[in-house]
Amino acid sequence: MRTLAIRGATVIDAQGSRRADVVVGDEGRILAVGSGLTADSSLDAGDCIVSPGLVDLHVHLRQPGNEEAETIETGARAAALGGFTAVVAMPNTDPAMDCVSVVSEVQALGSTAVCDVVPSAAISVGRRGEALSPMAELVRAGVRIFTDDGSGVQDDRLMRTALEYASSLQHLCGDETIVLAQHCEVESLSRGGFMHEGEWSSWLGIPGQPSEAEELMVMRDIALCRLTGARVHFQHMSTAGSVSMIRAAKAAGLPVTAEAATHHFSLTDACCASYDPVFKVHPPLRTEADVAAVKEGLIDGTIDAIATDHAPHAPKSKQQTFADAPPGMLGLETAFAVANTHLDMPIESLLAAMSWRPAAIAGLTADHGGLISEGCPANLAVIDPNVAWTVSAAEMASRSSNTPYDGMGLRGRVRHTIYKGEAVVVDGEAQR
Amino acid sequence: MKALRHLLSMDDLDRDDIEYLLDLTERYVEVSERKIPRIPALRGKTVALVFFEDSTRTRVSFATAAGRLSADTLGFDVGRSSVNKGESLRDTIETISAMGIHCIVLRHFGAGAPWRVREWTDASIVNGGDGRNQHPTQSLADLFTARQHLGDLDGRRIAIVGDIKNSRVARSNAIGFSKMGAEVIFVAPRTLLPASLEGWPVKVTHNLDEVIESIDVCYLLRMQLERQNDAAVPTLREFHHEFGLTTARADRLRDDALIMHPGPMNRDVEIAGVVADRPNAVITEQVSNGVAVRMAVLFVLIGSRLDLVEEQSAVA
Repeated sequence: MRTLAIRGATVIDAQGSRRADVVVGDEGRILAVGSGLTADSSLDAGDCIVSPGLVDLHVHLRQPGNEEAETIETGARAAALGGFTAVVAMPNTDPAMDCVSVVSEVQALGSTAVCDVVPSAAISVGRRGEALSPMAELVRAGVRIFTDDGSGVQDDRLMRTALEYASSLQHLCGDETIVLAQHCEVESLSRGGFMHEGEWSSWLGIPGQPSEAEELMVMRDIALCRLTGARVHFQHMSTAGSVSMIRAAKAAGLPVTAEAATHHFSLTDACCASYDPVFKVHPPLRTEADVAAVKEGLIDGTIDAIATDHAPHAPKSKQQTFADAPPGMLGLETAFAVANTHLDMPIESLLAAMSWRPAAIAGLTADHGGLISEGCPANLAVIDPNVAWTVSAAEMASRSSNTPYDGMGLRGRVRHTIYKGEAVVVDGEAQR
Repeated sequence: MKALRHLLSMDDLDRDDIEYLLDLTERYVEVSERKIPRIPALRGKTVALVFFEDSTRTRVSFATAAGRLSADTLGFDVGRSSVNKGESLRDTIETISAMGIHCIVLRHFGAGAPWRVREWTDASIVNGGDGRNQHPTQSLADLFTARQHLGDLDGRRIAIVGDIKNSRVARSNAIGFSKMGAEVIFVAPRTLLPASLEGWPVKVTHNLDEVIESIDVCYLLRMQLERQNDAAVPTLREFHHEFGLTTARADRLRDDALIMHPGPMNRDVEIAGVVADRPNAVITEQVSNGVAVRMAVLFVLIGSRLDLVEEQSAVA
C-alpha cells in the first residue's frame, strides 16, 4: 500500500475544525489524522482546509447522447477539479435514464471516472410525464433519486402516484431513503419564456417566464408531500417565494429538502442585457431580491444544499440568439469559489451545504461527506479559501466552455482532490 | 452626429442623432422624387439583406434604399428552417460576411439577434427587426412622418394602441418619440402590455376613450392574428370595439391628429377599415418615408466620411 500525507491544513468536517495532518492509503481509507505525520509521499496544504469531498446533487454529464458537449469522463474531471468526489447525474440524457439498461451504462462508464458518478433516474418513461418508470427495478439497480429534471412532472395525479409508489419501495434499500426530486416549472405558465419575466425581460424584448411558474409547482409538491408523507427534494430553488414556502413546509415538519444552484445566488437577470445566451438557464436568473432570499435560505438552513446544475453545451448551440440557444451553464469548476465569494456564511456551514448535507440527501454517507478520522473513506477536498483567481472559459476541463463567470474574479479554489485515496487533482491540475 | 457603426436600437441614438438622421432623410426624400432617383453615394458598397423572418415590405424598402444610393444588394432569405438544419447563427453570418459586404440588414425572430451577430462580423449591422425587441428604422420613418405633419414633436401626445407586448415597433417608438420630447401613452389591456414598464418613458391606460380627444397621434399596432391560440383577448371583434380605433373613436380625434400604422394592417381589427383611408391617416406616407430614412441610415453607417462631411454641409 502506498501512503500519502496531506500536511499543514485545517481539517473541517461535521464535528468541527482542528489543525491536523491527514494520511490516506491508496486502498481508499484514511489511515491517520494527527500532527507531524509522514507517509510515502506528501502534499503541501498550508493555509488550506481539508474537507470531506464535495457532493453535487445536480449535474448533467450528457452521456449517453450528447458527447460533443460532455462525457462522463470529462464531466467527472471537471468535478474533481471543483473538489467534488461524488456527483448525481441527471437523467435527461438521450436516451433518458428511465430504465436499468441506461442507468447501468452510466454506472459502467462512471466506474473508471475520477469521482463517483451516481445516476438518478427519471420519474416517468422518457421524462414525458405520462407513465411511471420502472421504479422498483431502478431502486434495485442502486437508484435513490428520481427526477424528470429539465421538466417538472406536470400532471398532479401522476406526481401523487409517483410519491406513493416510491415510498412503498423503502424495503428495497435499507437505511437509505428514496427521494423524488422536482424541477419546479409549470409549463403552461413558463411556455415561450426564455428568461425571468420582469423589468429586464420587458425592456430587452425577450419573452419572460414569471417566478410563479416555479412557485406554483413548489406549492403543489408541498401539498402532495403533506398528502403522501413521501420525501420530496426541491431542485434549484430560485425565487424568494419558493424559499419562504420551503421554510414554512419545514416548520410544519414535512419531509422536504432543497438545493440552490450557484448561479442563482451570484447572478441576476440583468446579465441577460448582453443577449448572450451563456446567461440563459432554467429556472432563469432572477432579481436581486430573489438572490438575497436564496442566500438567506442557505444561511438559515432552509436550503440544505448547494448544487451546480452543471449543464454543458457545445459552442455551436450557444452561438444562437437567446431564444434559440438551449438553457444551461457550467458550474462544477467554479462552484466552491462562487459560493465562497458570494455567501456570507461560516466556512463550516458552507462545507456542510456542499458536502455532508447533500451526501445525506443522496444516500451517499457511507462514502462521502463523513468524518475525517482513521478508517473513514479517503474522499477529500483540499481547498485554499483565500486565493484570488480569474475564471477563464478557455481553460475549463469540461468539454464545453459555457461558464457565465468568464473573466470574473473569485476567491477560494480547490487545490487538491483525493478520491478513494488517490490524488486525482494536485495543485489545481487533474492527474488523469 | 457621433460616428455610428451599427443601428441596433433607438436607444443607440440621442436626440441630436435622431434630428440629424431626419434632416438627412429630408434630403433623400428629395432624391427619391427626382426623375432618376439615384445618387452614387454608396457606389462600390454591398449591403446584405439577411432575413430570418419573412418580411417583403421591410426587405423591399431596404433594397430600394440601397439601390437609390447605388449600393449592391445581396438577398439572403434564410428562413427559420436554417436553425433546425443545425447551422449556428454564427456560421450563417460568417458565411455571408465572407462574401465581402459592408453592411448587414438583419431581420430575425429572436430578440437580441443583432447584438449577437455584431460579434461575428466586421460589417455594420442595421437591425431590421428582432423579435419583439426593436425596429429602429420603422421608428425613424414614423418620427419623420409625424414631424412632417406636426413640426416639432416637443410636448405632442402620441397614443400607441394595441398589441404592445409583442411589438418591436412599440418598443422603438416609445424610446424614439420620448427622446424627441413627445409624451407617449400605451393603450392596451394588460394581456397585451409588457410584464413591467418600470423605468419606461410612457404612461399607460387601458381606456382609449380617455385619451382619444387629447392626442396628436393615434398609432395603431398590428394585432398578431397568428398567435390566437395564446389569445390575449377573447375575440377580435371584442378587441376592435373595446380597444381599437373604431369609426366612432376616430370621429372624436382632433382634426389635425394623425392616424398611423406600421403595416400590414388588419382592417376592422385594430383599425376600422374606412378610418384607414381618411385624409389624416398617413400610413402610406410612413411606407414611402421608410425608404428615405433607410437611405439616411445606410449612408451614415457605411458612407465615406468625406461624403458625409459634404452631405452634412448640404444639410446645414
